[in-house]
Amino acid sequence: MKNSKPKSGRDRMIAAFFVVIVAALGQIASAVPQQKDGSNELLVLPGEIGQRGGRLVVSLRGEPKTLNPLIAADARSREVISVMQADLVHINRATQLTEPALAKSWRVSPDGLVYTLILRRGIRFSDGEPLDADDVLFTFQVYLDEKVHAPQRDLLIVGGKPIVVRKVDKQTVVFQLAKTYGVGERLFDGLAVLPKHLLEKPYQEGKLAQIGSLATAANQWAGLGPFRMKEYVAGQRLVLERNPYYWKSDAKGTRLPYLDELVFLFVPNADAQVLKFQSGETDAISQLGAENFSALSKQQRGYTMTDAGPGLEYNFLFFNLNDAGEKTSPDQQRKQKWFRELKFRQAVSAAADREAIVRLIYQGRGSPLWGPETPANRRWINSAIAHPTRSLDRARALLKEAGFRWSNGTSDDSVLLDADGKPVEFSILTSSSNADRTKMATLLQDDLKQLGMRVQVVPLEFRSLLDRVTQSKEYDACVLGLVSFDTDPNSNLNAWLSSGATHLWNPSQAHPATAWEAEVDRLMEQQLSELSFEKRKKAYDRVQAILAEQQPMIFLASPDILAGAKNSIGNFRPAVLEPYVLWNVEQLYLKGGQEHVAR
Amino acid sequence: MTARRSLTKWFVALCVMHGIVVCAGFFAPYDPGGQDRRNPYMPPMRLHLQDARGQLHLRPFVYSLKLRDGSFDQYQEDQTTLHPLQFFLSGAGYRLLGFVPCRWHLFGVENSRIYLLGSDGYGRDQFSRLLFGGQVSLLAGLLGAGLTLVIGAGIGSVAGYFGGWRDDILMRLSELFLALPWLYLLFALRAFLPLAVNPLQAFFLIIAVIAAVGWARPARLVRGVVLSAKERDFVRAARGFGATGGYLWRRHILPETSSVLWTQAAILVPQYVLAEMTLSFLGLGVPEPVPSWGNLLSSLQQYSVLVSYWWMYLPALAMVPFFVGYLGIASSLQEREQPYKVDRMGLGSLT
Repeated sequence: MKNSKPKSGRDRMIAAFFVVIVAALGQIASAVPQQKDGSNELLVLPGEIGQRGGRLVVSLRGEPKTLNPLIAADARSREVISVMQADLVHINRATQLTEPALAKSWRVSPDGLVYTLILRRGIRFSDGEPLDADDVLFTFQVYLDEKVHAPQRDLLIVGGKPIVVRKVDKQTVVFQLAKTYGVGERLFDGLAVLPKHLLEKPYQEGKLAQIGSLATAANQWAGLGPFRMKEYVAGQRLVLERNPYYWKSDAKGTRLPYLDELVFLFVPNADAQVLKFQSGETDAISQLGAENFSALSKQQRGYTMTDAGPGLEYNFLFFNLNDAGEKTSPDQQRKQKWFRELKFRQAVSAAADREAIVRLIYQGRGSPLWGPETPANRRWINSAIAHPTRSLDRARALLKEAGFRWSNGTSDDSVLLDADGKPVEFSILTSSSNADRTKMATLLQDDLKQLGMRVQVVPLEFRSLLDRVTQSKEYDACVLGLVSFDTDPNSNLNAWLSSGATHLWNPSQAHPATAWEAEVDRLMEQQLSELSFEKRKKAYDRVQAILAEQQPMIFLASPDILAGAKNSIGNFRPAVLEPYVLWNVEQLYLKGGQEHVAR
Repeated sequence: MTARRSLTKWFVALCVMHGIVVCAGFFAPYDPGGQDRRNPYMPPMRLHLQDARGQLHLRPFVYSLKLRDGSFDQYQEDQTTLHPLQFFLSGAGYRLLGFVPCRWHLFGVENSRIYLLGSDGYGRDQFSRLLFGGQVSLLAGLLGAGLTLVIGAGIGSVAGYFGGWRDDILMRLSELFLALPWLYLLFALRAFLPLAVNPLQAFFLIIAVIAAVGWARPARLVRGVVLSAKERDFVRAARGFGATGGYLWRRHILPETSSVLWTQAAILVPQYVLAEMTLSFLGLGVPEPVPSWGNLLSSLQQYSVLVSYWWMYLPALAMVPFFVGYLGIASSLQEREQPYKVDRMGLGSLT
């Protein structure tokens, strides 16, 4: 259910200012050996050598809304765009480290304020037009233009001051920062470089938001990604063809991508994706739920299912801690009094059976969570956070300390009463389209019943759920999940900063409501501008410890990344970062690819 | 007289089935909400008479099921100990008929759990949930049908008896209700209601909704009967003797409609049980963890459940005997009424 949760990723806000200082010194990054043959500087990818040709079919849950990176907000559009566009510096989804992409190298000044990027020579867009520094300049001009409302603007701006981008020569661009920025060159990942020759006119006419629909003619759209537009059939499929000008090659010098065509079929839901994959109509599948994964695993015919290990999705329960002031109904005020009580939240956390969630919902293909980072993020997770086992006794002791009592001693149908003698009753919202989270809430309902709390599970359509949580704020508690788009703590910035929009328990605060939220804010700002990993890690460890102690979100569990592909697909290596399967689409190939072409 | 006998037969059969559901707490071995989290999606256990060594036992027994190593839902029988079926044991507390606290269960096993119809994704006993779910679904059907008939009989007889503009208005209204896409109406209605409705509220809401939507058809039937009845000679005679409208309606007209109403009831109850199941299946009915037949089936919306766990279909079969019973009653009611009616019609046409 990729599209059924708010993304902290795209919304990451960067609290850094960019200022002009040119530095002479810096480090040159070159993770991958380069091939230089005069005019062309292809990026040579190591790894298994594949065969050219063939077509790969995958399915999408619904149609992508657009091909235009400037307006893409839904996960499906981003998945399609990720194979049609390219960025200057890219995070390798397997190693989770940055590596050169359109920029063959970059230098960072010793003070960390100036990034000098050298563009690869001889690169062409998918329509054959050459790329140079002017395209990069134009790209960032568009991203930063307020009138365009690009979602990328947030990444490049803080305090209303835009990043300053300067062209040095045809191949060299300089980015200048006002303040040191801990994320470094990871910033450039996912920022597609746009074709100036196609977009300049619509930009000047103010029509950028209207272009790039799926119905765009193939010759009216271009990118730097491995595939380009070929055909779109409304409601059925999007066919992409190989970009002959793509700037990567394999070790033998074959220009990538190997595949001739990449087809996205539009299907209504996850079950339809499974059926298509099972019947052989699609070649690969990702973002599988554990139940579907095991259903597919039982009858593997010509395909292999892969458990890529823990992902970056974290699921949690949170209570409504908003302070709506006088507008709050007395009923809600009474409930919020419980929710604000730290011991109440800790008791709920102590009663939550995380092992059961992992076993019953993820069928063991997941990990229980006690803090915000999943085991997938080995670099940043605070391993000192305690993993207390489930204990109803501890939960009861905490509730007792907080002034709660039971109507009827310790008998089965005893009801938990608050200090005023009112029974503790509340509802948990879940997204009706996400069976996993509804099940999670149902398990919690039973866990909390054992503490005498009467809990109701309310599955809601996802949009009205989000509306309640972020706009009207009329709810008691909610089970949701977030997916970090990167391992870096900055991808969660919007969730932990009290001013953030995905600070779900009390979003978009003007001032932090509590002392610990103020401390989290301070630590997050600190790690943002810190350059040394150790210092950033120390700050972020503290953030994780505070969140684990204060339990504004009761972290529950994280599912593994589950995927599958036909055995005939080579180089299939699902990653735990988005896009899980297509991240190395240029290297995917069909074993015996020629037969497939004939078919 | 065969019609009467078959009516009695169907009636007794239905009474037995309803009795079992009403006393679900006694017939079900476990609490319907009780989760056994170590045993999700356990297939139905087999009742054995012969053990692994070939020895015969008089008392049926089960082997408990153990998860295969490294598997989530593959079970195998653990044949080291057999668990004989025990009758009348003490177990989870429940309230018989809704108010008598009780702990006796018809059957069960000691030191283990018995899953006659398997378990669901939370390790809850499907057999217990089926019986308790019947309480919700059947009661919703019965109350809904009752309410529908009261509304339908009231509106139908007013329209038929008074005629004129009242008839016009009520009948146009009924046509409007017949044409309503009620499923969408329900979705809309649900959106207006407060977020968290507790199971009891949800239950009565369903009944109110299906009754409010379904009254049109019985109302039209009743109107037809009333229309013809009020012109009968004995009614006219009574009126001539000075009987009031209320007396006429109570004494002469309402009894005329009874056969229509009984037949309608026998048809409407299963229809409304099905309506409740549809609503719960779509998540508009009683919320978890309260079982109803629709809730039990709703996990089948997931493809993985559909293909992997066949026993999750069983609740769909449970309603078959009930429906057969009700439709049997409906048809024998019809058989019983038919000669009687023809006879009277013949008499009526003599005048």
